[in-house]
Amino acid sequence: MIEVQKLVKRFGLKTVLRGMDFNVAQGEFVALLGPNGAGKTTFLRILATLSRPSLGAIRIAGYQLPSQASSVRKKLGVVSHLPLLYGDLTAEENLRFFARMYNINNQADRITEVLDLVGLLSRRKDLVRTFSRGMQQRLAIGRAVLHDPEVMLFDEPHTGLDQDACDMLDKVLGDVAARGRTVVMTSHDLGRVEDLATRFDVLNKGKIMASRKKEELGTGNILTFYKKALAGMDG
Amino acid sequence: MAEKTSLLDKIGSYLKAIFAIAWKDLAAELRSRELLSAMLVFALLVILIFNFALKLDAKTRIAATSGILWVTFTFAGTLGLNRSMAVEKDRGCLDGLLLAPVDRSSIYFGKVLSNIFFMFIVEAIVLPVYSVLYNINLFNSGLLLVIFLGSVGYIAIGTLLAAMAVQTRTRDVMLPILLFPVVIPVVVAAVEASSGFLQGLALSEVSYWINLLFVYDLVFIAIAFMVFDYVVEE
Repeated sequence: MIEVQKLVKRFGLKTVLRGMDFNVAQGEFVALLGPNGAGKTTFLRILATLSRPSLGAIRIAGYQLPSQASSVRKKLGVVSHLPLLYGDLTAEENLRFFARMYNINNQADRITEVLDLVGLLSRRKDLVRTFSRGMQQRLAIGRAVLHDPEVMLFDEPHTGLDQDACDMLDKVLGDVAARGRTVVMTSHDLGRVEDLATRFDVLNKGKIMASRKKEELGTGNILTFYKKALAGMDG
Repeated sequence: MAEKTSLLDKIGSYLKAIFAIAWKDLAAELRSRELLSAMLVFALLVILIFNFALKLDAKTRIAATSGILWVTFTFAGTLGLNRSMAVEKDRGCLDGLLLAPVDRSSIYFGKVLSNIFFMFIVEAIVLPVYSVLYNINLFNSGLLLVIFLGSVGYIAIGTLLAAMAVQTRTRDVMLPILLFPVVIPVVVAAVEASSGFLQGLALSEVSYWINLLFVYDLVFIAIAFMVFDYVVEE
């Protein structure tokens, strides 16, 4: 579903991604781990068509980037640590706006369905700026799944959320993944991603240092795997 | 036939995206009234300050009017353009727009449409207030045409440069620094054409400036259409 070969991204003289290779099969939930500055957000922004690669080949759902970016965007749902929502519009108005941008049929039914999925049906008429951070993040997920994308990209979605909000977000993330979507999620919270993901990749200094499937790793070993990968002891 | 339908669908989706963005901006502004109130208060204060600062007799008042009007519109317009793009940047909404599977130039035209609408509202309020304060009749079809063309040119290039400036840390300062040098031809043509109409000249006598405004509008819109994608993408 996602094929990345020899990806390089430079900002001026600074090289953030250094010939990165990365492949994700359909239905996989990949947790992309790594320290601050490893290039996780940059990589996700390139996959999301928000940033152009300097070099390398990227194919998502059969479409090439950046030449077929518009077709790729139809297949993508993106959630970042910012909600990407308008505070002065209600939850329903926000979703209606994005439904128009994605040219979705039966908009009213789909919006109701999505609000129900993220548990905000009763707050549909409330302004987004009155929502808590956790509610905004749930609505952000609603916005991202509105057009029923095949691939979901989550960039540290738990940032700034309290424990309850994180638990609720995990439930929504689990629901989203359970529908057979391909998911790539960056995170610092190893404990949380251990339950959600089916594969763990460690990105450091612009390259994938290690990759393990959940069944290969076993339960409770993610921290050891992560530390070894950063130290270059687990390829 | 299939190709024709597909082309019509594409045009339909393109227009839908433009109007969706304009609708979103208007709906948000109706609630917050942040952008319009800032533009209006600023514009009214400028014409009030000019009224007190310049003790103008009837003859010089007509000569100074076009300059005062365009200074007011450009400064108030800069406030509006900055705010309009800052709203998109604050919660990462610009990324939300860029993620939509639409031609990115439709995002530009949607923002232009809403910015022009806000600019026209401010102008529609400023003109009668100015007429009363300075005792000059500004409701002249030629002058209204110039205000229309000048505002379109100003907003067309201003929206593009605001999208560029909003990516920088010093966005509030950056927009006027980028915009004013580029928009000089529009302002000069608008001031000259407005002045001509206020002095009672015929259309043929100011047609040079009107043509310049018209061409500049077209050139700016075409440039923005071509480069907007590169301006907003990293």
